[in-house]
Amino acid sequence: MDWQTLASKLFPGGHDIVEHDSFLSGSGQVDAGAGADAAARTVAVIGTTGHAPIGIEIALAQAQAVLRTVREHPGRAILILVDTQGQRLRHRDEMLGINSYMAHLGKCIDFARRQGHTVLGLVYDQALSGGFITSGLIADACFALPQATIRVMGLPAMARITKVPEDRLTELAMDNPVFAPGAENYLRMGGLQAIWEPGPGVESTDAAAISLPDASASSSASASASALASALAKALAQVEPTDRRMALGEARGGRHMAQAVAQAVRTGGDVRPA
Amino acid sequence: VSSYLERGARGRIPAIFDAGSFEEFLGPSARVVSPHLAQLDVPVSFDDGVVVGRGLLGGQRVFGAAQEGGFMGGAVGEVHGAKLVGMLGRAIDEGAQAVLLLLESGGVRLHEANAGLIAVSEVMRAILDVRAAGIPVIAAVGGANGCFGGMGIAARCANTVIMSEEGRLAMSGPEVIETANGVEEFDSKDRALVWRTTGGKHRYLLGDCQVLVADDTGAFRAAAIAAIEALTGAARSGAAALTLDALQAEQAMLERRIRDFGALAEPMDIWRQLGVPDPAGVSMLEADDFVAMAAGHRAGPVTGDR
Repeated sequence: MDWQTLASKLFPGGHDIVEHDSFLSGSGQVDAGAGADAAARTVAVIGTTGHAPIGIEIALAQAQAVLRTVREHPGRAILILVDTQGQRLRHRDEMLGINSYMAHLGKCIDFARRQGHTVLGLVYDQALSGGFITSGLIADACFALPQATIRVMGLPAMARITKVPEDRLTELAMDNPVFAPGAENYLRMGGLQAIWEPGPGVESTDAAAISLPDASASSSASASASALASALAKALAQVEPTDRRMALGEARGGRHMAQAVAQAVRTGGDVRPA
Repeated sequence: VSSYLERGARGRIPAIFDAGSFEEFLGPSARVVSPHLAQLDVPVSFDDGVVVGRGLLGGQRVFGAAQEGGFMGGAVGEVHGAKLVGMLGRAIDEGAQAVLLLLESGGVRLHEANAGLIAVSEVMRAILDVRAAGIPVIAAVGGANGCFGGMGIAARCANTVIMSEEGRLAMSGPEVIETANGVEEFDSKDRALVWRTTGGKHRYLLGDCQVLVADDTGAFRAAAIAAIEALTGAARSGAAALTLDALQAEQAMLERRIRDFGALAEPMDIWRQLGVPDPAGVSMLEADDFVAMAAGHRAGPVTGDR
């Protein structure tokens, strides 16, 4: 789904998101229900499009937008729209310290969270390794569209580096969430809070309950628009600021060890795998 | 002089912390190993490549970790990451004076792909939880495998980065860049270029590393004690946490870096522009002489929490 379509579905009440060199920024009006005041309906939006490689400039532009939101709109929720092929693989980026630019972006997002800005990530197309780790993965909670591609790297490159035959990795990826790309696997491992179904029919009860203001919009658009808009409104209302991903991964059967190991270390106990 | 680089994680811990003071959490005798490696016919390690625990450092109660570069390059898998996250949480629970991370890692353990990626992001968040609790986090980078990928990002989430000249701190390894964009983009066999691009002296001049020391465990120990003291003294109460001012200063520093050096192709050109009198001679300087030479030529703030 292109970002313009996505934005119109997420924000049926309107948005002013613009694209500049694959960098997205602006704000949108959330379908927060009749009772919500105007300020609570506005969400700051930052992100990338066109499978952008995350180089130092675009990382810094995103950080700047986060800091501006913290300064000018205290408490305003932030939605990070993720579409990236990963960090930019250039000597210049490394020479200038791309890890510091990524860390700066991550710290800005983390700071915003702790200042009371709810921060959500949404992988609407593609998310890879370094481009994901300081965007969606550092939000309070990350979501994805069902068709989203999420992975560390492609299986051929993984085979080359790990020296494990590609056939074997392909076979393992069939039913092992650790190796297979895709939103569903990240959901099972707790890396995603939920998958947002954009189509009509899904989330329909919530949509009916929450998306009152635009009930008069054209029927074909509103059926799918309201599903994403209501998913966003619901997430904004429900998200928790603590990192629950290990517990989710354990409960969903995608990561059996992480929660038990972290708890054992933290409390001085033994590991009791799920 | 005892080389930091040549020691493994279990050799570094007793050399850095006060003698006999370190207590390991979930040590190798617990045999908590990676659940993902056996199916790939890859050997496991009983500590999954990381030591975590608490000890005394200059008499202060400091929690710490050391990644073992000898096991899968120190890369972060599910168990490895969870041990770090658990230790960082416990540092908050028990009111640690500071956390010291002896980092040596290629980043995400590709054998545990998705689990490793999520784990690294959990480590980042846990580091920032510790800082938000007012506890300083110090990262040391001086191992043969450097500090790359997501752990290169995590290192820069610490209050202070201590490096040796031999330490390397970056994101993508030179081989990855060469594979993606060709040898003319980054020749990974050109060791001098790799060092100039990612090594401790370059990071120190740029301002991405706050303390540069010789490859000596005693020097790393002394630098860690000094860094903790600087961040926990009475006048610096609360200095560990992120602030809007500090982040805006970092934003300005990183913008300045692109403006001043973004058109340059070679690290030595950056050093020359910074006013380093003899860029070609930088590699020959011992750590102390280099630090003395670099005074007044470094980009970015010389001291302070960023």
